[in-house]
Amino acid sequence: MDQAIPVFVIIPLAASFLISIVGGRIGGFGKTISVLVFLSTLIIILTYLISGDHASMVYKIGGWEPVGNIPIGIYLLLDPFSGFMLIIINGMAFLSTVYSVNYITKYTGEKYFYTLFCIMVAGLNGVVLSGDLFNLYVFLEITVIASYALVAFGTEKEELEASFKYQVLGGMATALILFSVGMIYWYTKTLNIADITKILASSNDRMLIQFSELILIAGFGLKAAIMPFHGWLPDAHSSAPSPISAMLSGVVIKAAGLYVIFRLFFNMFAITWEISVLITAIGTLSMVVGVFLAIGQWDLKRLLAYHSISQMGYVIIGVGMGMMIIANGGNIALASLAITGGLFHLINHAVFKGLLFLNAGAIEYRLGTRDLNQMGGLFEKMPLTSGTSLAASMAISGIPPFNGFFSKLVIIIAAIQAKFYLLAALAVIVSIITLASFMKFQRYAFFNGTSQNYAKDGVREVPFFMSFSMLVMALLCLALSLLMIPAIRESFLQPAVDALLGNNEYFINLLNL
Amino acid sequence: MIVFILCFILFLVGLFGLLTSRNIIKIIIGLSFMEFSVYLFLVLIGYIEGGQAPIVVKGIDIQMIVDPLPQAMVLTAIVIGLATKAMLLSTAIRIYKKFRSFDIRKIRSLKG
Amino acid sequence: MQGMSPIVKKVAQLVMGFIFVYGIYIITHGHLTPGGGFAGGAFLSGTFILLVLSFGSNVLNLRREEEEASEIEGLAIFTFLLLAVIGFLLGMRVFFGNFLPKGRIGELISAGVIPLYNIAVGVEVGAALLTIFLALVIYKEEISK
Repeated sequence: MDQAIPVFVIIPLAASFLISIVGGRIGGFGKTISVLVFLSTLIIILTYLISGDHASMVYKIGGWEPVGNIPIGIYLLLDPFSGFMLIIINGMAFLSTVYSVNYITKYTGEKYFYTLFCIMVAGLNGVVLSGDLFNLYVFLEITVIASYALVAFGTEKEELEASFKYQVLGGMATALILFSVGMIYWYTKTLNIADITKILASSNDRMLIQFSELILIAGFGLKAAIMPFHGWLPDAHSSAPSPISAMLSGVVIKAAGLYVIFRLFFNMFAITWEISVLITAIGTLSMVVGVFLAIGQWDLKRLLAYHSISQMGYVIIGVGMGMMIIANGGNIALASLAITGGLFHLINHAVFKGLLFLNAGAIEYRLGTRDLNQMGGLFEKMPLTSGTSLAASMAISGIPPFNGFFSKLVIIIAAIQAKFYLLAALAVIVSIITLASFMKFQRYAFFNGTSQNYAKDGVREVPFFMSFSMLVMALLCLALSLLMIPAIRESFLQPAVDALLGNNEYFINLLNL
Repeated sequence: MIVFILCFILFLVGLFGLLTSRNIIKIIIGLSFMEFSVYLFLVLIGYIEGGQAPIVVKGIDIQMIVDPLPQAMVLTAIVIGLATKAMLLSTAIRIYKKFRSFDIRKIRSLKG
Repeated sequence: MQGMSPIVKKVAQLVMGFIFVYGIYIITHGHLTPGGGFAGGAFLSGTFILLVLSFGSNVLNLRREEEEASEIEGLAIFTFLLLAVIGFLLGMRVFFGNFLPKGRIGELISAGVIPLYNIAVGVEVGAALLTIFLALVIYKEEISK
């Protein structure tokens, strides 16, 4: 299996170059190849997780073995946490490309869409697999440059403006991240994450490290759009084509932003009280302010984009509470519970927010508008879109049979047990406001008003491939609730949490193999 | 030490230009300044007083070489920067085509 | 875009070949001297950019040139990936594995597959920079119409 690690990067890259060469000559080449590619990567990662073998694996690119216990060359590492992220990335990419088969016919230049999409997924897979700080930065840039182009794909006024804003803020993040990588290299004289861990563990100089930690939080916070750095997200996520909004909101801000923050602060730096309080504080801020900004929105996709900020807050406070408990030397089981809640909410958010953006795309595909005031009565005309969006809305607002309820419940239980009563109360309040906001969406889009307005316009259910992806994701919204069953959680979610918590294991695996 | 401070000042100059200018081309120039200051920083951390270029040539015995890894990193970062700049400039041209202006006060179709 | 004066055109004609050959030299000696694929590729694209700048944008069918450049770019980067995958399939199952004999240090044909990578990168960078330049020229023509 460890031979298969670079495959996650090679296959999407090769597909994207192939599409750019022959995509224009053979009709339907791009969509066929990209759907097959993401299906195959999804199957490879599922076989890894189902095989039950949760050992971490290292792949040395170019075959460069460590010399005298000092790693040279670029190492890729697959551990359960990376595997967990890879499932989200490749699964969402597969469903989004299936959806795009019908959706992207609105636009010209189908070939470029699939080329950029494959490059973006290759970069994301690289980010979560990389065990080298600079290599991680390179993959991150591959991802974001492809997503800049995809946000501007419509090349109308709004898309261009949103993409420009995204690019300027993304460029600032790039400069900050590179600066911080340089600082860490200056101090440790190595780029390998495991080697850095070893050197930092035996050092006493905290000043430089804390400075680079703060800059890293700022840089990756800009990529993840957590609260003080959220300015670009509502524009970029609402202007992009809908499958891309689903990818950006469901995957990119998690894999390119939060994954790296979690990975570096758990497995590379030692967890300190100040940093964990800071991370939890910005998480709380995102959670509360995001939902208040969302509630006044009448543009459907903007509303969903602001909710992304708010829901990312849940993930961050889940993991941040775990960090605070560990930094205080508290109960590890409790910290593990909090982190489980955070990661559980991460996969749930990918599914239901992806689904909501696909629903918004379906409505836009038929109606040509995103304004909630111009909708109404779509329940009769588009029953499948209506049903799936109801499932997703209930999941995001935390109504019991759906997955969102369980992950929020785990986070709130962990907060109460760890005596962070304020956080628990805020999480409940934000959840109620989210419910109100999504009741507004349901009412104005699907139930309010009459369907007579669309009698002549040919507003009907969306084509097969779009319906297929939405239906699969709605079923996933229900199915992911099963992760609460201990046996399933032990085999799927718990290894990812253990990979984060066992910070020594990460570097032992990387270095001693 | 003074070179690092100058490098940081260059970073701040870029940030100032990015935050205060209203012309999008000038914003791109400000962003480039920030990135260039980071490249400069990376080159500086690899520099060793009296070090030579890290190239193996037959017949020349090199006592001390500068750290080649930051140089490789800077080259990679410059290539990435090139791609980012190309993307930014083509977006800027497209924006000019749509809005007939480079002024960010006139480019305001998104709000909320 | 208008062409420049006859002096510029003549000088460009004279110089262009030398620049192109120098670019090829830089690419093929990438494993021996400073430089390599990226620097040499920049030289290659520089000759074409010089051509367009001095003779004006009417001498070439820019849209067709851009499409072709972009296809050459795709082919070159695909070749690069193919070389890396051949290393993966042959030998010791290592992505980017160096499967050719290494030769002696300092000779032109040495270092295994690295010169091949350099050539692929050189063509890729040349075509990519040319594509970017042509795209910007095309945008400008569109605006001034």
